[in-house]
Amino acid sequence: MPIPPEPQHPSYAKVFLTFARNSLVRDMMFRANFLIEAVSSLSWAVMNVGFYWIIFEHANSIGAQTGWEKYEFFVFMGTTWIINSIVQAFFMPNSEEFSELIRTGGLDFAMLKPIDTQFLISLRKVAWSSLANLVLGIVIVAISLAQLASRAEDPWQFQPAMLVLYPLYIACGVAILYSLMICLAATSVWLGRNQTLYDFWFYITNFSRYPMEIYARGWGLPLLVVFTFVIPVLVVVNVPARLLAEPLSPRASWEWPLAGFTLLATLGCLCFSRWVFRTALLSYRSASS
Amino acid sequence: MSEAAALDGGRPDEKAGLTTRLVCWWTIFRIALEERLAYRGDFALGTLMRFLPIITQIFLWWAIFESIDGDLVGYSFPDMVAYYLLSMLGRAFSSMPGLASTIAKQIRDGELKKFLVQPIDLIGFFLLGRVAHKLAYYTISTLPFALVFYLCRDYFTDGWPSAYVMTMFCFSLILAFLLGFFMDLCIGLIGFWFLEVSSLLFIYMLFNFFLSGHMFPLDLLPSGIQAAVSCLPFKYLAYLPAAIFLGKIDSELLWIEMTTEVLWLVILICVARLLYGRGLRRYSGYGG
Repeated sequence: MPIPPEPQHPSYAKVFLTFARNSLVRDMMFRANFLIEAVSSLSWAVMNVGFYWIIFEHANSIGAQTGWEKYEFFVFMGTTWIINSIVQAFFMPNSEEFSELIRTGGLDFAMLKPIDTQFLISLRKVAWSSLANLVLGIVIVAISLAQLASRAEDPWQFQPAMLVLYPLYIACGVAILYSLMICLAATSVWLGRNQTLYDFWFYITNFSRYPMEIYARGWGLPLLVVFTFVIPVLVVVNVPARLLAEPLSPRASWEWPLAGFTLLATLGCLCFSRWVFRTALLSYRSASS
Repeated sequence: MSEAAALDGGRPDEKAGLTTRLVCWWTIFRIALEERLAYRGDFALGTLMRFLPIITQIFLWWAIFESIDGDLVGYSFPDMVAYYLLSMLGRAFSSMPGLASTIAKQIRDGELKKFLVQPIDLIGFFLLGRVAHKLAYYTISTLPFALVFYLCRDYFTDGWPSAYVMTMFCFSLILAFLLGFFMDLCIGLIGFWFLEVSSLLFIYMLFNFFLSGHMFPLDLLPSGIQAAVSCLPFKYLAYLPAAIFLGKIDSELLWIEMTTEVLWLVILICVARLLYGRGLRRYSGYGG
């Protein structure tokens, strides 16, 4: 077979599309299972809507003067699902497998492939069924915005800049969560097995699921600082949701600086996770081959 | 079936039989206990971590209470936090991680055969195993639980409840354990008919989480729905113990609730026995 001329770098987009297609083909082989998975994650989300619906039956807003009233908060919640479902669809199954590859020595094969190892490890599988929540998130955001736009006093107004900024900050949020996840997964090089660290991931991201103002009291302040500036999980959902829902109008003075910081934090997280990943690979010793 | 039923009933005919049986149960219990204590470090850390979501819950409710002034369906903010802590305690008794899936797996893999050829009753075996697991769990998790409750002591504004309420509370925790066990057991035994119960289990867990009061006090539900939810056995798993401790249930109602809970338990035990008996008739031991 003649050797095709050049392509020195593999086409990453093409490789990714192949991964995505393979995963979809695999998912479609077990269609009932796929459907059940999608319905399960949807019902979990619906149950959450129920919980907040009940809360808003009793309270007007989450926190006094924060502006997080029912539909503003539903925009927030929809944004949480959009971001989480993207992370769960593209990165979660792979990070789980990464720890397993380290433990079993299967990482050898990934490192031998002529493609960036982090790319290969991070995107090999796509859990398509997790995207059900993405759809639900978009629907919730759309319905809530329609409600906000049609209310009598101070209706929500569409600004063209949102079309660019909202997806941009969603991407930032996904990148920050991805970095955190890959860092945690990479630590299994040193720790062997790290089941507890996965729980840790869930518990940390748990902080990101609420408007950040709720921490701005009492002993929450140190948490607010740590989870904004050290492990920036609080900006993940807060920034895009605030941009879109505009709970305070006019916007608070700290919102734009926070948005700027988010961009920096995203870059910082990505670089840091890349560094952790490479350092982890250097310490990797194959196992059981 | 006839052989299986004879083993299943487990009636010791003579005195020696009874002693052997007790020794057998004791051994099962001890093995399960030792198995559990092997991973105590991971265990204690895991328990402490499980309290982390409480932190976000505290701040969420803090913010909500700030915007409403006053109480929410009879709960003040400290009550609400105390409720979450107590419902976690209830869950520590009533949740049975992996029970239903283990039973379903044993049915699927044919591992269940061992209960047919050995003179051990499946339900008794699993119950003893769980009691041992729970005991191991409490010995290790008492420290983290005590630490968290101590740190949060200010949220318990009424202090310790009366001895009577305390007794009822302990009693409700034990019943919660048994009820949780038999509910999970029944789901697992459905595996005789479906083989794969994981999706059913997920739906059950969702309902369990929402309707047991683990997510929020059931008093918050709109009254119509609340009446319906009250008829289900889920509320005994987390809501009732917490509500008893916080004095949300007056003493007359308390008796009715406890009696209903015992009734539910009896019903579930019968259902479990029935499912097991019927299931064994369908059972064919696949696999080696």
